[in-house]
Parts: sequence; structure tokens; C-alpha cells
Amino acid sequence: MYEPVLLKNVHVPDGHLLSTYEAGGGYRGLAKALKEYTPDEIIELIKRSNLRGRGGAGFPTGMKWSFVPKRADKPKYLCCNADEGEPGTFKDRIVMERDPHQLIEGMAISAYAIGAEVAYVYIRGEYVLAIRRLEQAIAEAKAKGHLGTRILGSDFNFVVHVHCGAGAYICGEETAMLDSLEGKRAQPRLKPPFPAVAGLYASPTVINNVETLVCVPHIVARGADWFRSIGPEKSPGPKLYCVSGQVRKPGLYELPMGIPLRELIEDHAGGPPAGRKIKAVIPGGVSAPVIPEPGLDIGMDFDSLAAAGTMLGSAGVIVVDDTTCMVKVATRIIEFFHHESCGKCTPCREGLNWVVKVLRRIEAGEGAPGDMEQLDMLCKGIFGNTFCALGDGAAMGLRASLAHFREEFIAHIEERKCPFH
Amino acid sequence: MTLREKIEQAAARYPDQRSAIMPALLIAQREHGHLPGPVLEEVADILGVERIWVYELATFYTLFHTEPVGTFHLQLCDNVSCMLRRSEDLLTHLEEVLRIKKGGTTPDGLFTLSTVECLGACEMAPVMQVGDDYHGNLDVERIDALLARLRATVPETTGADLAAAEPPGE
Repeated sequence: MYEPVLLKNVHVPDGHLLSTYEAGGGYRGLAKALKEYTPDEIIELIKRSNLRGRGGAGFPTGMKWSFVPKRADKPKYLCCNADEGEPGTFKDRIVMERDPHQLIEGMAISAYAIGAEVAYVYIRGEYVLAIRRLEQAIAEAKAKGHLGTRILGSDFNFVVHVHCGAGAYICGEETAMLDSLEGKRAQPRLKPPFPAVAGLYASPTVINNVETLVCVPHIVARGADWFRSIGPEKSPGPKLYCVSGQVRKPGLYELPMGIPLRELIEDHAGGPPAGRKIKAVIPGGVSAPVIPEPGLDIGMDFDSLAAAGTMLGSAGVIVVDDTTCMVKVATRIIEFFHHESCGKCTPCREGLNWVVKVLRRIEAGEGAPGDMEQLDMLCKGIFGNTFCALGDGAAMGLRASLAHFREEFIAHIEERKCPFH
Repeated sequence: MTLREKIEQAAARYPDQRSAIMPALLIAQREHGHLPGPVLEEVADILGVERIWVYELATFYTLFHTEPVGTFHLQLCDNVSCMLRRSEDLLTHLEEVLRIKKGGTTPDGLFTLSTVECLGACEMAPVMQVGDDYHGNLDVERIDALLARLRATVPETTGADLAAAEPPGE
């Protein structure tokens, strides 16, 4: 039986208060880090743990930190990406609402490692409760000396500021988030320079997801070997899975990285509603290509899912049962990407507009011969030709839907109606 | 605190005033309900930044409203996870009982009805945000009960009366 680590406090009453967090061993990781480790040793520890970024890309966290120049004439910044916008994802919200100190401790240790004295949490403006809890927790931590100057008697100074987003999915892309923090429209930047060298205010900056940062205190407290003992060697650790859609028990589940998708859905999330069968699953938020039912015996980790042509992404697992039209699902997903396209590059801005029109007419029973070829052509025109991963994600997802459920699309066109209505 | 004091306090968190535009707009919107031109210009003047910088953010980010919205802004999620749990039926129901279409506001100014992209609360789909609060696991009965509760918080008056009764902005 797996014992939750990251969600340990989530179901505890008053889990968001400092007293509860400390009673459960909270802030001991920070004390240990400041007392027993140099910043470089923390980076080495995180490298040895094989922690990979939980925001979606799975980049090794220790390596990302090591790219920050040791000497810099500008201040360094830590940014926490809490702009959780990938449809089907709600893990960071629950962590921040119910256990905000875990994030603050993770940020403090990470900032110590990279030499940052200021951090910004870029959080969704919609997450009002999480924002309140986080601000309250920052005030509590400051009063107790876990934040501020000369933390726990060391010469480490650190403050955390909360910055509220205002409803732009593109801020999940780290350079768009930096532009947004600088008070501009959120649009991705050309790389290089990478943020580690020139990020926020052209200063060295590390951007990490909430879940990545909350892993850090546990690695410091329990060691890199403990972390690597959970899940697959190349992408180990505890993992938060968000399960939603047509299942009996939607919710947030903490389990080892690499758990079989079928086990997650059937044993933990209760399987599909009575009398229905699973038809397909989106494993990592709507950017992740869909997996048809026979493919569910797959490990939920970065490498296994990538090998199968999809991705772990944000681990937003959306379950679709056999009563649902896949054309409708695909249309809704592309409508989302079209709405959230920042407008910077043409293939994404114009291409997705075109895809939406074709998909809507197919779903409405007004599709024409040649529409399938047009969708194939549009995917080809978008994929690999956009400024950032938003357009790629949209095209990849649509390609998978067209490949796995082609006959459903064709039935709409031939029967001149949606077979599910 | 005055609007200026609140904005200046928020701006102290950043080395650059431009970064404070987003927080300032959120503060101003909380105060005024929406962000008409004069409010945007006031924000620009308080921060000492270009007015165009303020205008472009107010029109780029979806949480900012340059047009008035009702006392209660019903923001129903219709992204995939909510769609799979029949949020469409709830939209139809809301349109019927409020006698407005998506995007519209009731004549008394109480309710504005919108659909929004994923609210990040799919564990309680279908979900709707009203003001600061999330309401999840919704069905027609719960929607009706919620509307009744919201109406009860503004007894014997209408949203339009409330707006008129507010002291004029600075």
C-alpha cells in the first residue's frame, strides 16, 4: 500500500496552517538544507534524485538549476508556475489550498540552491481560495522566521510574492509567463537566451511547477535514494494524478510514478459509470494525444507515454466512455486551443481557426468529402511550424484523434449527422 | 485604503512599475466591477506608465472586463471534463430560467451568464465560478438552489439599484 507524501496534509483539518504543517515535520527540510548543505550540494542532491519537472515537459530539475550562472551581477529569481490551465488538471490548486506551506518550504530550499532572494508565484487569478491561503501562509512563515532575512540563523534571505494571472493559458509556457510578470501581453519569447541566463527582467531565472517544488523538501529530508526507490529509475518519485471525466470517482490521486493507467482508472478512480465501457483516455491534459482503450496497459511516466506517442504532460487524466462522440471531444479541444492562441504566430492563430470551422461542420453533419484530407493538411501545416508548444499540442492531439477514430469522423460526413445524437 | 494606496502597495513587490499593471487592474476591477476607459487611465496615472500598456493588458486577459457585468457573474466551465459530465444541459437550463443567452445580462443587472475555459476543478465537474467561489458537482436542482441563495443576498432591491446606491468613484 502506497503511503502518500505530497498529499499527506491535504485531508488533515487545518492542513493549510503553519501549526499543522510543523506538527507533521514541516520546515525540517529547510532547516536541514540550510544547516547541512551548501547550495551546490542541494543541486547535486536534486540531480541524484532524478526529479523531473512536473509541469509537463519532464526536464531534469537539478540540471535546470545548474544552468543558472554561479556569478551574476544581477539578482536571480525563482518563479513558481502555478498558472494551472491545462484542461483536466487541478493538482496544484488542491496543494496550494490545503497545504501551502509545503510549497513555500520547497521554494525556500530551491531559492537557496540557485542563489535567489526573491520569488514570484504566478497563480491563476481564478484560484481565489488558493491565493488567500498562500498569502496567509507566507505571512505566517515570515512571522516564524522561515521567510525574511537571515532565515533560521543562516545568512540566507528570501521573500515570496504572489502574482495573480488573469486568464491566459499561454502563461503556462515559461517565457510567456515571464513577459506577463513583466506587465506585458503573455506571448512566448524566442529562445535562446534561456531563462536560466536571461529570464525575468533579463536576470537569471528558474521557473518550476508547484508539484516539482513540493517534491524538494521531501528529497532533502529523506534523501535522493528514497526518491529514486519510487517508480521507474529514469522518472522516479511520487506523482499526483488528476482523474476526471466519465469515471465513478473523479479526484486527485497520489501514487508512484509509472503506475499502469488502467490500474489508476479502474482500481483508484472506480472505472466508468455502470453499464458503460471506456472508449479512450487523454493521459496528460488536452495537449496529450488520446489513447484508445486497448492501450491502457501503459505506465504513467514520461518515457513510457512518450514511447507510445503521447505524453504524461500535467497528468490530467480525462476518461471518455463509449456513449461519447470523439468528434465532439476533438472539436471542443481545438476550440480551446484556438481561444487560447496568443496570436503571435500565423500557423497557430489562423490554422486553428480553420480547423475549428472544419470540425464544427463535421460534428454538425455538414461535413463534405475532402474535409478529412483538409484536417490532415492543416495538422501538417501547424505541427512543427509554430513559435511554441501550444500549436504543436493542438495538432498532435488532433492527429491522434484522426488516426484512432477516423471511422467516427467519416461516419459523420457520410451519414450527414452525428451518430451519437 | 484608497485605490491609489492599494495599487502603490501592490507595486512595491516589483522592481518595475510595469509589472504592477496586472495586479492594479485586478484591484481596480474589484473596486469598480469592471474597467471602463477612465479607470484604465487612472491606473496608468497612478503607476506612471504608458496608457497603451494598460489598455493592451485589459483587452488581452480574459479576467478583465471592459464592459459592465452583473452583480453575480455566472461562469460555467464547458471544457472537456465538464462537457463529459453534461455542462451543456446546465447552460441550457440557465439560459431558460434567466431568460438570457450566453454572454447576456438579466435586465435587473443581477446575473451575467458566461461559459469559461477549464477552471481547474475537474474533480467536481461540472463546475461554475460565481465571484470568488467555485460551485461543483452541479445539477439542475443545485443550480436552482444556488440562484435562489444568490438572489436572497440582495433582498428587496435589484442589482441596478445597488449599483446606483454605491458612492461615486474617486
